[in-house]
Amino acid sequence: MAKNDLMSGSLWDQYSNKVTTLMNAPTNQGEITQEECDTAGHKLIVADFGAESCGDAVRLYWEVDPKNDTIVNSKFKSFGCGTAIASSDMMAELCIGKTVQDAVKITNIDVEMSLRDDPETPAVPPQKMHCSVMAYDVIKKAAGLYLGVDEASFETEIIVCECARVSLGTLKEVIRLNDLTTIEQITDYTKAGGFCKSCIKPGGHEAREYYLVDILNGVRHEMDVEKMQSAADAGGLGDFETMTLVQKIKAIDAVIDESIRQFLIMDGGNVEVIDVKDSGEYIDIYIRYLGACNGCASSSTGTLYAMESTLKEKLSNKIRVLPI
Amino acid sequence: MNVYLDNNATTMVDPAVVEAMMPFFSEIYGNPSSLHRYGTASHPAITKAINQMYKGINASDKDDIIFTSCATEANNWVLKSVWFDKIMHGEKNHIVTTEIEHPSVLSACKFLEDQGVKVTYLPVNDQGVVEAHTVRSFITEKTALVSIMWANNETGMIFPIKEIGEICKEKGVLFHTDGVQAVGKIPVDMQDVHVDFMSMSAHKFHGPKGIGALYIRDSQKLTPLLHGGEHMGGRRSGTLNVPYMVGMAKALELATENLQEKMASIAAKRDRLEDALLSGLTDVFTVGNRANRTPNTILISIRGVEGEGMLWDLNNALIGASTGSACASADLEANSVMLAIGADNELAHTGIRLSLSRFTTDAEIDYVIERFESAVKRLRAISSSYAIVQPTAGGEAGEHHPHH
Repeated sequence: MAKNDLMSGSLWDQYSNKVTTLMNAPTNQGEITQEECDTAGHKLIVADFGAESCGDAVRLYWEVDPKNDTIVNSKFKSFGCGTAIASSDMMAELCIGKTVQDAVKITNIDVEMSLRDDPETPAVPPQKMHCSVMAYDVIKKAAGLYLGVDEASFETEIIVCECARVSLGTLKEVIRLNDLTTIEQITDYTKAGGFCKSCIKPGGHEAREYYLVDILNGVRHEMDVEKMQSAADAGGLGDFETMTLVQKIKAIDAVIDESIRQFLIMDGGNVEVIDVKDSGEYIDIYIRYLGACNGCASSSTGTLYAMESTLKEKLSNKIRVLPI
Repeated sequence: MNVYLDNNATTMVDPAVVEAMMPFFSEIYGNPSSLHRYGTASHPAITKAINQMYKGINASDKDDIIFTSCATEANNWVLKSVWFDKIMHGEKNHIVTTEIEHPSVLSACKFLEDQGVKVTYLPVNDQGVVEAHTVRSFITEKTALVSIMWANNETGMIFPIKEIGEICKEKGVLFHTDGVQAVGKIPVDMQDVHVDFMSMSAHKFHGPKGIGALYIRDSQKLTPLLHGGEHMGGRRSGTLNVPYMVGMAKALELATENLQEKMASIAAKRDRLEDALLSGLTDVFTVGNRANRTPNTILISIRGVEGEGMLWDLNNALIGASTGSACASADLEANSVMLAIGADNELAHTGIRLSLSRFTTDAEIDYVIERFESAVKRLRAISSSYAIVQPTAGGEAGEHHPHH
């Protein structure tokens, strides 16, 4: 929320002129009959998508020339709001003249781009973007009918955000590569979740199979596990600086046990590790002297120097030992 | 012709109301709490406004009517303060309301649920009304409050407030009603019903936006929502909004004087419009028995025509109406009122609400009948519901598809 969000603005005022024009007078609205196709020796394909009970339904008609699989005419019928009608009209327009194989490649993004008045300004406000998604789905259905294949076979990847057509694979990769931690970042990087918002989390506009919150959590969890594993592996190889905190403490204790503690005990003292702080530049080990060491002059000079140099030599040059 | 038929959303401020408010902006502008003459100059007008308010809803002198910024504030005040008084600092933990309340009640209830309160959302019957016996059966010993609207904004259906009030009185449960769609439209007599709290909004009866009121029976306890300078007896702080109080009271007076005549006049126009649409169009129906509806409201379902698409065409014809199932709403669940009254699922997105006012004219009704019918004709010509050529075998919409 900020100044520009205070007034939500009129939904309809954000439509492009093309959307408004097509809503008021759709050019490809209508039906293609079997008789028309029979006369021309063409094949009629009619496909439905959506349902009135869901608020959006479209029926797509294709007249296909079987000699070259070309869609010679396309029409639509639509139950829906203005953007649904305008999107359906543009979808039919984009199909005309294409082969069925090429028409399948038309996405909702193509439909929306074609509805723009200028390339930089979206044709519809974000929450209306989903209206064009049906266009993509019904084309796949029609193509499946014509080619006699399952419509699902046209989809090669799992689409999480249908409005922006962002796949599960892309999302996982972007989160990982850019070390993203919030949904807002995901939307900034990929546009996913920036439109109808259904894919962000359950309970939105429509139920989804995958949600961004879950994907983000999953990838972050994977990344954390991997980080720990690589740290553990590194620790196993003795690379002190990349060890986890617990591994560092164990390694420090091991060095102290092996090379230092016995000399302190001989003098009636001892030492314990209180904390380890890794600033990147330094690894500060906070220690506390016990018994006779406590107050011994050497504890802040010779003993300390010996302890630090031993730890430096055995573990890392970044180590500083700080008595408290 | 410009025709505004969205009077359940808001109304035009009656010019007589504007006139009554005008002196209290730049002439009599003193703070009524001040001791000097500039402050006290508004006192007669405030007294008059209070009297108009009490008369408008026939409140007893023992009751309070507290001005608020809007009905949303009044609804929030009741819900949150009953929670504070009876649940946080009491033995209760339950609120009863309905599925079709205004968002200011439903959202506040959801918030209270997050705080651990149990909330029961009662369903409505096929007339869009909550039945009194249903309310009775859900009240428990733990129930702190029943909150049920007097009339519904989408359907105009009037709820059995008198019966529900009697049940709440018998059970010893507080009863709040959101009276926003009732006050100024139908008789609201607070001495005839047992209601503990009632919310009102001026802009629904030709008063200004930005002012509402809460009626509180017998001046009973309700912890303030807004603490401050002890205005209105400490019940609701904030410098008295004199021009708007005057405006609200004047609007209530104008709306409620000769109410029966006004209702009859609006109902005659509404009925003429409704009859014309029902007889002039096929496959349409309206929600709820007219005899139990606010006289200005029609919720009409038009098969094959999506609500927002219809609004678009009406808007092109300079007619303002509304739909309860906007395609862009964050939650595209079907209109709960339409589903509740037993409409088929496929009709849940086809509802258009037409709400008249006392300023609606017969000429406007004639114009709307004509343009409404031509819009339906155009959209049905585009509609897939009215397509003739059937899908290729296998091309029907599947039962399961990823959208909605």
